[in-house]
This record gives sequence, C-alpha cells and structure tokens, in this order.
Amino acid sequence: MEHNRTRHRKNITVLSIVLCLCMVGLIGRLVYLMMFCSLHYSRMAEDLHERERTIKAARGNIIDATGQKIASNRSVCTISVIYNQIEDRETVIAALCEELGMEESAVRKRVEKRSSREIIRTNVDKETGDRIRARKLPGVKVDEDYKRYYPYGSLASRVLGFTGGDNQGIVGLEVMYEQILKGIDGKILTMTDAAGVEIENAAEDRVEPVAGRDLIISLDINIQKYCEQAAYETMERKGAKGVSILVMNPKNGEMLAMVSVPEFDCNDPFALNTEAPAGISAAGMQELLNQMWRNPAINDTYEPGSTFKIITAAAGLEAGVVTPEDTFSCPGYRIVEDRRIRCHKVGGHGTETFLEGAMNSCNPVFIDVGQRLGIENYVRYFDQFGLRQKTGIDLPGEASTIMHKKENMGLVELATVSFGQSFQITPIQLITTAVSVINGGDRITPHFAVKTVSADGNSVSEFSWPVQKGIVSEKTSATMRMILEHVVSEGSGNKAAIEGYRIGGKTATSEKLPRSLKKYISSFIGFAPADDPQIIALITIDEPQGIYYGGTIAAPVIADIFRNILPYLRIGESGNKG
Amino acid sequence: MAKKKGKHFYDYSLLFCVIFLTAFGLVMIYSASSYTAQLMYDDASYFMMRQLKIAGAGLLGALLISKINYHIYERVAVFGYLLSYVLMIAVSLFGRRVNGKRRWLGVGSLSFQPTELVKITLIIALALVITKMDSQINSLRGSGLVIVMTLPIAGIVAANNLSSGIIIVGIAFIMLFVACKIKWPFFVCGAAGVGVFATAGPLAIFLEKINLLQPYQLERIHVWLNPEAYPQDGGFQVLQGLYAIGSGGLVGKGLGESIQKMGFVPEAQNDMIFSIICEELGLFGAASIILVFLFLLYRLMLIAENAPDLFGALLVVGVMGHIAIQVILNIAVVTNTIPNTGITLPFISYGGTSVLFFMIEIGMALGVSNQIRLEK
Repeated sequence: MEHNRTRHRKNITVLSIVLCLCMVGLIGRLVYLMMFCSLHYSRMAEDLHERERTIKAARGNIIDATGQKIASNRSVCTISVIYNQIEDRETVIAALCEELGMEESAVRKRVEKRSSREIIRTNVDKETGDRIRARKLPGVKVDEDYKRYYPYGSLASRVLGFTGGDNQGIVGLEVMYEQILKGIDGKILTMTDAAGVEIENAAEDRVEPVAGRDLIISLDINIQKYCEQAAYETMERKGAKGVSILVMNPKNGEMLAMVSVPEFDCNDPFALNTEAPAGISAAGMQELLNQMWRNPAINDTYEPGSTFKIITAAAGLEAGVVTPEDTFSCPGYRIVEDRRIRCHKVGGHGTETFLEGAMNSCNPVFIDVGQRLGIENYVRYFDQFGLRQKTGIDLPGEASTIMHKKENMGLVELATVSFGQSFQITPIQLITTAVSVINGGDRITPHFAVKTVSADGNSVSEFSWPVQKGIVSEKTSATMRMILEHVVSEGSGNKAAIEGYRIGGKTATSEKLPRSLKKYISSFIGFAPADDPQIIALITIDEPQGIYYGGTIAAPVIADIFRNILPYLRIGESGNKG
Repeated sequence: MAKKKGKHFYDYSLLFCVIFLTAFGLVMIYSASSYTAQLMYDDASYFMMRQLKIAGAGLLGALLISKINYHIYERVAVFGYLLSYVLMIAVSLFGRRVNGKRRWLGVGSLSFQPTELVKITLIIALALVITKMDSQINSLRGSGLVIVMTLPIAGIVAANNLSSGIIIVGIAFIMLFVACKIKWPFFVCGAAGVGVFATAGPLAIFLEKINLLQPYQLERIHVWLNPEAYPQDGGFQVLQGLYAIGSGGLVGKGLGESIQKMGFVPEAQNDMIFSIICEELGLFGAASIILVFLFLLYRLMLIAENAPDLFGALLVVGVMGHIAIQVILNIAVVTNTIPNTGITLPFISYGGTSVLFFMIEIGMALGVSNQIRLEK
C-alpha cells in the first residue's frame, strides 16, 4: 500500500509538471499575440470599429477687387434619420413633413428604410434645422454644413456661376476654380459597435477640414452694378432680347465687369429668369436653364460687323498697304468679282481719306484695304492677331472662332470679312483682339482671377497670365488710337464722346442670320483715354427694336458708363476741357 | 476514530482561490456582457446577476459537500454512473435543442446540461474501480476495463458535444496515467497527439481525401490555420477574439474599455471571455489569471498527494484534470492555438451548469482535504 502511494505521488507530480508546462506554453502564446502581433491585430480591430464621417470644408470665398465677398457660405443643415434609434416612427414622419414641407410618402419611404443613416434632405435653412433639433426627436440628426451663398443675388451671375447639392461648382468661376475653392473635407472617425451604433465617449479621431482658398478677382462690383443697371435700362428701352457689356483693363487683361442681362439668381439657379412656357417638358425646361446659364460674351459667337474694321485697318497699316491719308472713293457700293456689295450709305461717301473712311465706317474703303492685302496676307494677320485661338479667359466653355478656310476664301469672302461679316467670333475675342491693336501690340489674356488667399490669410499666391507681345507695331497701334479717337470725336461714334475725356471707339451694326429676318446686333467698342488706354468696354445689344444703329443706341450707353466709372477709377481727364 | 488522532486539515487556500476566480469571473462577465445585456434585456447586469445566484448557491453547496466524508461516494458511484447513461440517452432523445444540438435537459426554466454531471460521475466511478483493482490496474485487463467504462459514455456525449467528449476522455486518460505503473503508452499517446497537432494541415487534407474527414471539418482546420483568410465564415469568431487579444497589448485598455465586447466577439461572456480579459487587462492581467489557475492546480496537487487513500487521491486527480483540461483548451481555443470548439473557462465563463458542477467538484476536493490529518 505504502509503495503504491509513493508511486502515485510521483505520478501526480509528473502530471502537474506537464499541465504546468502546457499553461506556460499558453502564456508564451499570449506573449507572442499580445506583444508581437499587437499592432497588427489592434489596427485591424480599429479598421473594423471606426466609422468615417466627413466634415465639409468651407468653400473659399470669391472676393471682388474692392474686397467685397460676392460668393460666400451660409450655414445650412442636413436632416437625416438613424433607423435603429427612432422610437416613434409616425411622430418623426409627421414632424419632418411639417417642418420640411415634403410629401408624406417620400419622408415615410426614407424613415422606414433600414439603413444606418438615411438623409432626408440637405441644404435646409439653419432656422428650420434648429426647429427640428428643438423637437428632440430620437433618431433624427441635424448636421450643420455650408451652402454657397451669393450676397448680391444675380450680380455677375454668368461670371460666378453657382454650386450644386454637394457644393461643387457647376458653371462659371465656381467650376473653373473648383480645385482652389473647394478645400479638403475633414473626417471624424468614431468608434462603433458591431451594429454600427456610435459608442458614446469613445475617443474620436478627427481630421480637421482645410477650408478652400479665397479667390480674389478683378471684377469690381461697383462697375459691375452700374453696367448691369445700364444694360437692363438699354434692354428695356430698346425691347432687346439681351444686352452684354464687357469692361476690361487693356493693360493687363483684368476683367472689371462682365454683364449679360437678363441675369439669373445665383442663389436660386433653377428658377428661370423669363416666363416659362406653360406645359413645358422636363427636357425643355432643362434646355431653357442651360440657355440661361450660358455666358453669351464667351459661349456664343456673332458676326462682329463694323467693330471688326479695327482689325482690318490695323492689318492694312501694319502691312503698309494703306496710310491714314490715302484717298478712296465710295459710290455707295463696291463690285467684287460678280457681286455688288453695298455701303450702308446708299448715296455713297464720295471721295474720302482712309481716316475719313474709318470715321464714316465706310464699307468700300475697308473692302479696298482687304483687297490690297489679299487673301494670303489677310489670313496671316487674322492668325497673327490670335483670332483663331481662344482668348484663354478663365471661364468655362469659350467658343471657337468660325472662319472660312483659306482655301475656300475668294475675293468676295475677303471683302465681307474685311468689314466684319460672314464669319463669327465671340465678344471676348473681339475685345481682346482690339486691345492688342490699341495697347501697343500686346495680346493679353482676359481674366478674372488675380490671386488666391488661404482661409487664414497667411498664404497668398498670385496668378500670372500670358501676354503675347508684338501683335502689331507701336506705330500701327498709335495710328489706330488716333483713328479710333477721330471716330468718336468726329465720326460715327460721336455719341460716345464725353466732355473732357479722350475717348476712342468703333460702332457696329451686324445683321443676324438669316438676313431676311432683319434682326440686328448693335454694338460699340470704346476705350479711354484714347492716347493711353486704361479701360476698354464692349456693349452688344441683341435684337433691339426700332432704331438699331450701333452709333445711335450702343455708343451712348458706353459714354454713360465711362462718364461714371472714369472718375471712379481716377482715370485722367484729357485736360483740354472746353 | 480519525477525529481523535489529530487536527483535521481544511484547504482554505483552495477555497479562497476559487472564491477569487468566481468573483473575478463575475466582474468580467459584467464587463463583457453589460453592453449587449443592456441592448437585449434592458438590464446591464442581467448575465452577471444570473451567474451570481448560481455561483453563490454553488459555493454554499461546495461548502456543504466538503463536510461530507468522501467515502460515501463509493456507495453512489455505480448509481451515478448508470444515471449518467440514462440522462445522456434521455437528452439525446428528448433534450432541448439549442443551435441544433440537443444539450439541455429540464423542465421550464430549470434545465441543465447532463454532460457536466457525466464528468463528475465518471470521476467517482473511475476512482472507485481503480482503487478496487489495486495493482491489477497495471494489467491489460485492468486498464481495459477503465477504457471500456469511459469510451461508450464519452461517445454518447461526443455525438452532440464533441468538446465535452474530448474532456471526458482526457479526464480518464489523466486518472489512468496516475494509477498505472507503466508509462510508455501514455507518452506514446502524448507524442502522437503532438505529432498530429504539428502536421494538422497536411494530415487533414489527407484524411479528407480518404473520406475519413468531412469537408466541413477540413474547412474548420483551414480556418484554424489561417483565420484571416476566412473573415466572414468560420474565422469570424476566432478572428474577433484575436483582434481583442491583440488590442490588449501589455497592460490592456483598462477594465470596461473593451470595444470587441460590443457585439464583435459573439457572446463575449461565454467561451470567449478570456479574449475580453486580454483586451481589457492586457498581457499582465491574462498571465496573472493563468498563474491563479496554476496555483489552484498546485493546491489540488497537494491535496491529491496527501489524500488519506488512493480513492481520495484519484477523486482529486480527476477534478484537477478536469479543471486543467478546460483551462488549457479554452485558452488554446481563444488564442487560436487549436481549432475552435466550445469550451468554457472554469469559474469565469458565464454558464450556470458549468459553474455549479465545478463548485461541486471543488466541494469534493475540499472534502478530501478535510480528511487529511495533520501531524503533530
């Protein structure tokens, strides 16, 4: 018996040692898992637990030359429901219908949808959001974020554009500078349990959003407002379809104003600015909206008409085929090949110098200059002036020039092109090319963006815009300034003259296609001071009723604008006041 | 007779060790289950309170049992052994199905898992048989009898609860090891076990090829070898446990700070509770608990070695083997050292039957310790 006992004791000890070794082995396994694999597993666990919520970055402001915010942000709310947290579905549905003014069925569908989070509506007014929050409905979440807000409503709408539901730019500068304005969204990483419910008091990882950069543009709201007012007045007085006014600094291409009336409301871009036809289809409505959002100064081309004589004249002078003193004779028409092309003055201007021809806007004179240049040369200058390229303005959708191919051009086409017909360019192309003729030969890039500034104001980065020098010689440019000053002081543009200022300019009256409709675009391009242009403006009046001559209806509008903005911009008076 | 000869020993160290583990288990059950209990029953302490009542009753039972002279078990051994057969057959036929397995027997809210009873009755029966055989146990016939007594009941248990079947075989193996003089068969078995364990992957594929292993069992082996490749299917529970263990690190996230208990580790208060201990208390906490279990086994070893007779010693060896096997297998499962199978962690995991019968076994061991006479 005693022998057995000893043996058993020994066995029990051996057993215990084996069991002990097993447990020590498990501790070793734990050490391996918890020390060496800890990072691996804890990271995988965190991935599993974390839920990401984005914090919208504030979109950068668009600020005009005077420092006013013309596109800014406003707090709005996003209303969402969390299925698992709602206690009383009917109350929630009723409350949301009442506050948001939504269809009951639409709200019900979302509230009763089994999802972790269902958005009921975005971009809800802050006041409405606050009211919903005040009801303290379990499961209803009110999150604040930003919505684009345009303090001046429709001002410069076709320049600024607007933003969509996710605050992304849709048209205009908003889409052009999307990358700069939008910023970088932040993130809130919250811990959730297996059912996706956020754990209270769990440590949150937060990645702060980076607000978008502010965009400082050259547009001056005071000039823009005045031009807009003048454009509306002209549109109403002349019963026109639309009026566009461009104002630019010819030294560097900064756009000071760009008006296309009727404008639309940037804060409500889906409301038509004209009466919607009754019973219009959704597609038809969309087509009207797309039309409304266009910027005619950039997206649409037209026959420039007589304002294009600036280019023909500059090309003639530059090529040396004409001087201001050359004499021409105008019998009221010119026969080119088999075609009889009329002058606007049926009786003819008689014998006149080139300068007088320009002042009279005499078609035969410019036909002659064009014929003297010849097709080859004319097309070369057309290209040299940059008319075939886009201007490169910082707005989306710039339209290309529609011009004859050189090989298809005959003398008749050359003749019509010489006085601005049978081809199409955009208003911005016309003004940009005219600038290079009068500013000493620099083809500038028209633009709005001047610089961007970070939200905290610490980082500023300026834009630089390309300038192509030597489009025409300084001599040609000086001659052109002299000729165009005469056009205003004594010629067809005399209604643009302002006492005490030296103004240069050129009128135009283009017949819209088809010519049988007798619809016109009246325009005037003017600049000041004539000897050292610091400002240039182009007005186009689309389909005016009654008198439609550019010199009669367009020139006075520019005169009126200049009369007001020249003192504002402190652009010098000529000094030889009467 | 015995009372006059000297002072009776009572192993208070064992008792307090068990009380400590149970109390710690209650804290961990609360920590691991409060979140889901709040969601499911609107009562964060639902699981903890249930466990507290059963553990309290179990502890009282253990104290009572410890005062009974353990020789009385000799008289009920045969009855108990037969009863366990009856109950196992009954549960296989009429048991309440949970998750497709018939494991519960009882009426209404009063139900228990008879497998736990089987373990105790088998310990008593084997201790009695081995004691009666004395040195005959070393013969093939003696050992054969023990094996014949164990395997049928283990087979019935394993049919519905493989892990319990393994535990029962394990207990018999350990008791036989202590009783037998010849050691080599045991070490051969042990070596074979290690060999199978080390070559599990290729071996499983081979066994599946010759149709010895079902495809689902093969997949279980694959999941075990590489749980990250099966994150959605079988690997989910194991992987969630590993996430919890890994997130714990050296000192853990702090009591109550586990994230994995929030529905990620399924029924975190049950078999996988050790992973939550690791996550909240870290390597220090987890290793400390293993050391407490080692101390518990050490106390049982002392009782077994000093037991007044072989019957008492074998009883305690059975209890010790049972506890040790469950602790080792449970932690091995949680750490993915062996393939996943449902085994509770003694005294700590939530589960009424488990804690109740462990308490009864501790009561028996204390009863044996109570018969030890201290030398003057």
